[in-house]
Amino acid sequence: MIESLRVAASTYASDIDNLITLIGVLVGFWFILCEVVFFWLIWRYRAKPGVKAEYVTGEEKSQKRWITIPHLLVLVCDVFIIWGAVRVWVEVKQHLPEDATHVVRVMSQQWAWSFDHPGPDGILDTDDDIRTVDELHVQVDTPTIFKLESRDVLHSFSIPAFRLKQDAIPGRVITGWFQPNLTGTFDIQCAEICGIGHALMPARVVVESAEEHAAWIAEKSATHLASATNP
Amino acid sequence: MAQTVPSEAHGHDAHHHVETFWSKYVFSTDHKMIAKQYMFTGLAMGAIGAFFAYVFRMQLAFPGMSVPGYGMVGPNEYNMLVTNHGTIMIFWVAMPVLIAAFGNFLIPLMLGCDDMVFPRINRLSYQIFLLSAIVLICGFFVEGGGFGGAWTSYPPLSANAKYNLTPLGQSFWLVAVALEFVAFLLGGINFITTTMNSRAPGMKMTDIPMVIWMIVIASILFMVSVGPLIAGAVMLFMDQQVGTHFYDPTTGGDPILWQHLFWFFGHPEVYVVLLPAMGITADVMATFARKKLFAYRTVLYTAIGTGVLSFTVWAHHQFIAGIDPRMAHVFTITTLLISIPIAEMCFVYIATLWGGSITLTTPMLWALAFVAEFLIGGVTGIFLGASGADIYFHDTYFVLAHFHYTFFPIAIIGTYAGITYWFPKMFGRMMNDTLGKIHFWGTIIPFNLIFIPLFILGAAGQHRRIYDYSLFPELATPELQAVRVFATVSLLVMLAFQAVFIFNFVTSLRRGKKAGENPWKANTLEWSAASPPPHGNWPEGLPSVYRGPYEYAHPDREEDYWPQHLPN
Repeated sequence: MIESLRVAASTYASDIDNLITLIGVLVGFWFILCEVVFFWLIWRYRAKPGVKAEYVTGEEKSQKRWITIPHLLVLVCDVFIIWGAVRVWVEVKQHLPEDATHVVRVMSQQWAWSFDHPGPDGILDTDDDIRTVDELHVQVDTPTIFKLESRDVLHSFSIPAFRLKQDAIPGRVITGWFQPNLTGTFDIQCAEICGIGHALMPARVVVESAEEHAAWIAEKSATHLASATNP
Repeated sequence: MAQTVPSEAHGHDAHHHVETFWSKYVFSTDHKMIAKQYMFTGLAMGAIGAFFAYVFRMQLAFPGMSVPGYGMVGPNEYNMLVTNHGTIMIFWVAMPVLIAAFGNFLIPLMLGCDDMVFPRINRLSYQIFLLSAIVLICGFFVEGGGFGGAWTSYPPLSANAKYNLTPLGQSFWLVAVALEFVAFLLGGINFITTTMNSRAPGMKMTDIPMVIWMIVIASILFMVSVGPLIAGAVMLFMDQQVGTHFYDPTTGGDPILWQHLFWFFGHPEVYVVLLPAMGITADVMATFARKKLFAYRTVLYTAIGTGVLSFTVWAHHQFIAGIDPRMAHVFTITTLLISIPIAEMCFVYIATLWGGSITLTTPMLWALAFVAEFLIGGVTGIFLGASGADIYFHDTYFVLAHFHYTFFPIAIIGTYAGITYWFPKMFGRMMNDTLGKIHFWGTIIPFNLIFIPLFILGAAGQHRRIYDYSLFPELATPELQAVRVFATVSLLVMLAFQAVFIFNFVTSLRRGKKAGENPWKANTLEWSAASPPPHGNWPEGLPSVYRGPYEYAHPDREEDYWPQHLPN
């Protein structure tokens, strides 16, 4: 359902979309059933002159089963939904891909995002790191780990196309992951109100092929070195 | 405004004392007058909340336009408007109208006593509530403007003026909320004590009308859950004004602590306002379907079960807030479990219609609409309670549309059902049914046309509390903007139709048909008193109770209703 409104650009996006579809089908069934029965009853038992309502207490077993049987069926649906939700959650939030070597740091503040990319050596927190503002560069089909921090208040790192969202908390480093599977440029939004400029911190994630990404690193490193040698 | 009459004159035993304007309308201890004070204050606050919604919806549909009646909406004004829209609608509209107004009006009348057991505490409750509303409104005009950090008021944003840039607005907001809680604690004491101790002779626990049970359960939930939040609010106030660091991570505090304290209160709060609305619906549906409420005990036990479960689900608001991810499983399970009692209550309401003789009066339309619309709010909540799906939907317009599909039925539909149903008892005259139906359809249809588009925007990934989407290429498309305009136009239509209600209300006060004691042929005790009931409710002697509240269409009786107070 969601893909038609927002492109799915990460590996777990389709898992989340499928979970949403599963829930949609199950609750949709109950919703339509309830509304149809409800409106049918309103029509069927409309007041007619000379017809008295029936006296039904609803306390007898034969009457109560009209409640208890649907109620148990709802419980069965709940179990399916919990199973689906837990499975997706474990995959997205509780495990990190073992082969992930790409690490980026996402720093949020009032009201901008800054991103630290590893430089040509491929390791974060070395001298050749590349820092950008409001533009994150990652490589397609590569599991990427992000380390999310905040300098001041709560923010939330959200990339709707990746189905990714994680709040940032000052004083903590929160680790998460994503694996983009489409190239292109996607919106990064802040999803937690963070003050006056909450609407004014748009950012982009640029998903590049391996060659483009390498070229971008090389280009940024060159300017980085140039600025370091010519202050 | 000094009191001109000795306070004894308002005492419980002085019902037939000559009333002055001040003692009758302002410093009254009569539960019916306090109910009206709560109702009119709540509705006036509702008008402010609706005006705020109008202003920010206009900004979203036509960004940068000067909104007629307000002016330009900058980011700080926008944040202030959405923050206070939420705060007002929950704490100053839903709570005072559903619990305080209907609770005050109905509890003594439906239980067959002359007033609340603590009438002066009751009066104090309203006075503190009024003060809280004044403090809240004053907070909009202090230096720096009103608070704009969302009604959830998460620190560190809310804790430090350096971040929120409203050095006084946040503290006014916090003090107003705390005062409001004091008012409802006092009210809750009265509701629970009166219900447990002052019932008419013969009224067993299972003879209490469902709306009273629901208000009592809601009061208990409120009183149990509010303590942690008040403690949290004190710490937040200290952080703001004294310079402590309870929520400041740079000096060892923890901002997540507030989220736990807030939502430990905040989720039961949903049920605090939901249950009275469900109670109103139950009574109205039984009356106009001429049917006994299906499985009275089941409804009662599920309401209590919902209340207990509601204390175990709070962290589903925090799935992606940075709590330990393993906690999400616990809260997914408890959240989905709470769908069981709520689904059960919906089934009971639907089953109540079975075999009925349904008349679609205005109050009945509102009650039926409550069930039909609340179902949408209920089923969309499942998407958000399921942790995996919440990763995408959290803090999007999907959440916003979901909780408006719960709160609108609660606070607006439930309120209109109650007002149209009990108006004859409150004011002694009938409201115009045709105008009532015009108002009903003019509210319900645009309501759906506002919030169904917002589900679509949420599913497209649009986040909340952003005053202008033009900086986000994915959201600034003409198609999505058209959806925003459509929702705003629907809102304008809905607001315009509220004029019909105001007109109907005001003209019916003076020119409506005289109601008589029991215009709806209902069973509960309030319909055995005069309309409107005098001070003391039953001056000729309090009623006794001989049967349950929903004995409609009983086979042993020729008429299709059997009032509780008739011996046989």
